[in-house]
Amino acid sequence: MATQQTKVAGRLLVAPSVILLFLWMIVPLVMTLYFSTLRYNLLDADNVSFVGLQNYTYFLSDPSFLGALVNTLVLVVWSLVISVAGGILVAILMDQPIFGQNWVRLMVIAPFFVMPTVSALVWKNMLMNPVSGLFAWIAHSLGLPAIDWFTDYPMTAVVLIVSWQWLPFASLIILTALQSLDEEQKEASALDGAGPISYFFYIVLPHIARAITVVVLIETIFLLNVFAEIRVTTNGGPATSNIPFRIFELATNDNDVGGAAAGGVVAVILANIVAFFLVRMIGKNLEA
Amino acid sequence: MGLRVTTSRRIGMTVLAWAIGLLIFFPILWTFLTAFKSEQDAYAIPPKFLFFHWTTENFGEVQARSDYLLHAFNSIVLSIGANLVGLAISVPAAWAMAFAPTKRTKDLLMWMLSTKMMPGAGVFMAIYFLFLRFHLLDSRWGIGFLLMMVNLPIVIWMLYTYFKEIPVDILEAARMDGASLTNEIIYVLTPMAIPGIASTLLLSVILSWNEAFWTLNLTTFNAAPLTYLIAQFSSPEGTFWAKLSAASTLAIAPILVLGWFSQKQLVRGLTFGAVK
Repeated sequence: MATQQTKVAGRLLVAPSVILLFLWMIVPLVMTLYFSTLRYNLLDADNVSFVGLQNYTYFLSDPSFLGALVNTLVLVVWSLVISVAGGILVAILMDQPIFGQNWVRLMVIAPFFVMPTVSALVWKNMLMNPVSGLFAWIAHSLGLPAIDWFTDYPMTAVVLIVSWQWLPFASLIILTALQSLDEEQKEASALDGAGPISYFFYIVLPHIARAITVVVLIETIFLLNVFAEIRVTTNGGPATSNIPFRIFELATNDNDVGGAAAGGVVAVILANIVAFFLVRMIGKNLEA
Repeated sequence: MGLRVTTSRRIGMTVLAWAIGLLIFFPILWTFLTAFKSEQDAYAIPPKFLFFHWTTENFGEVQARSDYLLHAFNSIVLSIGANLVGLAISVPAAWAMAFAPTKRTKDLLMWMLSTKMMPGAGVFMAIYFLFLRFHLLDSRWGIGFLLMMVNLPIVIWMLYTYFKEIPVDILEAARMDGASLTNEIIYVLTPMAIPGIASTLLLSVILSWNEAFWTLNLTTFNAAPLTYLIAQFSSPEGTFWAKLSAASTLAIAPILVLGWFSQKQLVRGLTFGAVK
C-alpha cells in the first residue's frame, strides 16, 4: 500500500533512532570485546598487552565469579518467586468487590515508584536495624530475639528489599489480566459447582499464564542488573555481590579493565539468553 | 440471605485488602512520618507513630548539608530534558513504523527492543572511558544523553503501540475531503496522538528519575541527581534517620504523585503492549 515516496520518507524518519541505537549498541560492545583481550590495569596503564582469552579464564575460574553467579541466581529466582506469588495473591484480593479499591491500588503500586537508593536505605536502617529498627521492636514485642539482617542474612535482606520493589509490578500486571477474565466464564464455572481451588487452577491460572510469563521475563531483565540496592547496603563482598557488582568491583577496586570487560561480555551473553525468549514472546504478540 | 452473605464477605475482603495494602505501603508511610521527627524520636524504642514532636527542621538540614536543591534541579532537568529530546527522535520513528510499515518493520522493532537488554554493568568500562575521553564525567549533557539512550527503545515501543491504535481510516476520510498531508498531520493525527505521547513522557520521566546505575557511577557532584544525594547516606556519621527520611520524602513524593497518575499506562508501557 505504501508508495515509493512514503517509503523513502519513512526511512528518513526512522534513521536517527536506528543510527543512535546502533552506535549505542555497537561502540561499547566492540570496545568491551577489545578490552577483554588485554592485560590492562589502571595502576599500570603504560603496560598494556594482548593476552587473548586469559581474562576470560581468569574471570570464569575465579571463585568469586562462581559466588557472584550463585548470588545472581539466588537474587533473581527468590525475588521472582516472592514477587510473582505475592503478586498473584494481591491481584486476586484486589479483584474482589471491596470498598475503596482505588485507594488500595494506590498503596500497592507505590513501592514501584520509589528510587532504589531510598528503598534500600530505608529498609536497611529504619526497618532492619537490629537495635532501633521496627522489625527488632516487633520481634522483641513478640518475645523473640531481633534478627541482625545485614550481619547474619545479608542476601535474604537484599532479596526482601528487591521483592518489595517488584511486588507492585507483578500485582498490577496480573490484576490487569484478571480483570479481562470473562464474567460469563466466572458464572459458568460457579454454576458447574467449581470450588475456589479448582476455579483458580482451571480458569484463573490459564487465563493469567501469559501475564505471568511476561512479568517473569521483564523482571528477570531488571533483576539481573540489580546494582544500587547492593551498593548502598552491603557495598558488595562475597555474600551479596552479583555479577554486575563483581564487574564493578573489578573495575573500581582492582582497577582491572581487562577483567571487568571480560566479565561484561559474560553478563551481556547471560542477558541475551533471557532477551532471546522475551523478544520471541513479544514478537508473537505483535502478529496476533 | 444471599445479599447478606455477599455484604459480610465484601466487608471481610475489604478489611483484608486494606491491611495488605497498608502493609505494602508502610515503609513509605514510615519514611514520611520519620521525616518530621527529631533524630532522637526517630530512634525511639518503642517507636513513636504519631505522637511525637513534629518538626520540619530536617528539611532545612538536608538542604544545608548536601545541597538538596542542586540535586533536585539535576533530577528535574535530566529526567525531563533527556526524554523530551528522546521524544523528538522517537516520535518520527514510531510514527513512520506505525503508519507506513514495511516488511522489515517488525524485525526493526525487535532489534530496538533487544538493545534495551544490554546490561549497564557489562559495558561499564567502555562507557566510562568514552566519558573520560570526551570530558563528559559529571556533566549534565553526558548523563542526560545516557538516560535518553537507556529509555529510547521503551519510548519508541510505547509510542508505536499507541500510534498503532489510531484508526487509519480516518486519514483516508480526511484525504477524500481534500486535506493536504500537512493539514492531515496537524488537524487529524496530532490531536489523536497527544495522549499517547503524554503517557509515554510520563512513564519515561519516572524511569529516568529513578535510574541508579549510571547516575551513581558517572556523576560525582555537579550533575548528580537525587539518587546520588540519597546514596550519600550509606556511610553516614552519627544519627541520621530523620535526615535520611526528609531527603527521601523530597526525592520520592513528586514522582509518586506522577506515578499514581500513570499507573494505567505503566502496564502497557512496561509490557510493550503484551498485556492490556
